[in-house]
Amino acid sequence: MIATMRVVMLKELRESLRDRRTLVTSLLLGPVFAPLFFILILKLALARSVESQDEITPVAVANAVAAPNLVQQLRESGLIVTLRDGSDADIRRWIAETDGLVVLRVPETFAPRFTAGKPAAVMVYADGSDARAERRAARVRDALASYSALIGGLRLQARGVSPAVVHAVVIDDVDVATPSARATLLLGMLSYVILLVTLLGGLYLAIDATAGERERGSLESLLTVPAVREHLIYGKIAAAAVMMALALALVTASITIALDAVPLETFGMSANFGPDIAWRVFLTVLPFALVGAALLTIVASFTRSYKEAQSWLGVVMLVPTVPIAIAGVLSVQPQAALMLVPSLSQHLLIQGLLRGEPLPASWMWLAAASGVLLGLILSWLAGRLYRREAILG
Amino acid sequence: MIRVEGLSRSFGAIRAVDGVGFEAQDGRITGLLGPNGAGKSTTLRILYTVLRPDSGTAAVDGIDVVQDSLATRRAIGVLPHSPGIYPHLTARENIAYFGRLHGLAGDALAKRVDELVSELDISGYADRRARGFSQGERIKVALARALVHSPRNLLLDEPTNGLDVMATRALRALVLRLREAGHCLLFSSHVMQEVAALCDDIVIIDHGRVAAAGTPESLRTQFKASTLEDAFVGAIGDARGLE
Repeated sequence: MIATMRVVMLKELRESLRDRRTLVTSLLLGPVFAPLFFILILKLALARSVESQDEITPVAVANAVAAPNLVQQLRESGLIVTLRDGSDADIRRWIAETDGLVVLRVPETFAPRFTAGKPAAVMVYADGSDARAERRAARVRDALASYSALIGGLRLQARGVSPAVVHAVVIDDVDVATPSARATLLLGMLSYVILLVTLLGGLYLAIDATAGERERGSLESLLTVPAVREHLIYGKIAAAAVMMALALALVTASITIALDAVPLETFGMSANFGPDIAWRVFLTVLPFALVGAALLTIVASFTRSYKEAQSWLGVVMLVPTVPIAIAGVLSVQPQAALMLVPSLSQHLLIQGLLRGEPLPASWMWLAAASGVLLGLILSWLAGRLYRREAILG
Repeated sequence: MIRVEGLSRSFGAIRAVDGVGFEAQDGRITGLLGPNGAGKSTTLRILYTVLRPDSGTAAVDGIDVVQDSLATRRAIGVLPHSPGIYPHLTARENIAYFGRLHGLAGDALAKRVDELVSELDISGYADRRARGFSQGERIKVALARALVHSPRNLLLDEPTNGLDVMATRALRALVLRLREAGHCLLFSSHVMQEVAALCDDIVIIDHGRVAAAGTPESLRTQFKASTLEDAFVGAIGDARGLE
């Protein structure tokens, strides 16, 4: 069995490595370009989020003398305040002339009303159609609101009332789209990328060794050699698994290099996706290569032609993403039982490694063992398929 | 030697082979002659163990093809109906791959491949990748592949399909050489001239049954015909499907 498997495996690998098209899609396009694109998107997302977080908000204040405390408060909340005097018409002209300008106008009536403890109005001028101005205006409004709340609280306290009574309802905003969450989400997709690229690595070999072999007419000859049919197909699965392992090694290596260029520390992620983490990610996903190779081989065995196999496998490639997606929607926490689900277990383990909070080693063994077991079961099933006469098509 | 008795095989409602029986002797060329769809390929496929018969027996050198398919495959060389070879391997590698699957290795394998390359006149393209091979070159490589383990029996399914005149002549010469070496050759064809030119024994198959069998001589006598073609028409009723 081992001898036959070895002969078949080596021949399939040799053929694949000679086929330029297979080589480009399996070992270049997937493992090298996918992470590059991914990292590019990640970098863009990071750049944008850093920008909006640290964006300085300039605000021009007209008639600032009427409200010196207010201006001080604005400065303390991080706004860049410039003082500039002008009427309503002047302000409208400034805004028309300067993009993204936000102007706060303190009317003459502000000081007396404020001192009298009556609601004192201020005006915030901004071009609502300009997203940047609108964002800045919102920050100015926030600063004003907190100043208003502060003063209101002090006034109540001065009258012997707890400021808490006016807060009948407190809104606690949970912003799930914070910039760093977005980066974390993107990094979470990294395990998708790794799993898909791994599958892609063996895709063409799996098709070529089954549907391709039949379409070329070499299958019938192959089945006349004195070897048990199952052993022939085991050799093919082994070859596909080796290609997947190669793709996996390449993709982890290219991610290691590419992530080096992204400042992950800022987002509390494991700062160095260094050789050590890369090696552990590789070992984590390795059993998945066997599952993938056997699965793709089975599906390709059912198809009648290379083309049909290609279209079917396109769909099958998405299967491993299903458990991850479901777990993502239900937001399940990592637990030992989930290590029995291939692809999901790899996803969770990779996430743990990326976050710098590795899951228990025993879970890794559990995931590896269940992956290998499923791979062997699927291989056995593929062997059964090849015993049928219908395999000749 | 190949012996077939009462072989039957159906696909759904179609009885592709319906009680076929014949013998192919060592040192002789036996031709299965019949129109397309007569059951020639199915019979051969049962013999080279990719199909199982519904009933009847078939044996190669006394080995039952159903009971011991592995031993059968060791005893036969096969050229299937449309033999494909691997486009990314060279002619030599294509042959060597099958040699390895037959358990050959090292010097013995290299020597055997060299032998076949010169014997089948492949040397001109032995180290080229098979992708651009002509049909004739491809058949030769497939034939070398079938012979790599020096089988005593050779099954050829329409071997001259798609071959030009020169390639056909080369193939005939090879088949005759193998006969001289004492091999048992069984091949199917729907080409009358082919069979007439080569075969020592002819088995005429129609509708999955043996319509007549014997040497060309005896067939002509049996159907009181002056040519083999007339004998054939006498055997199956008309000349449909023949060339």
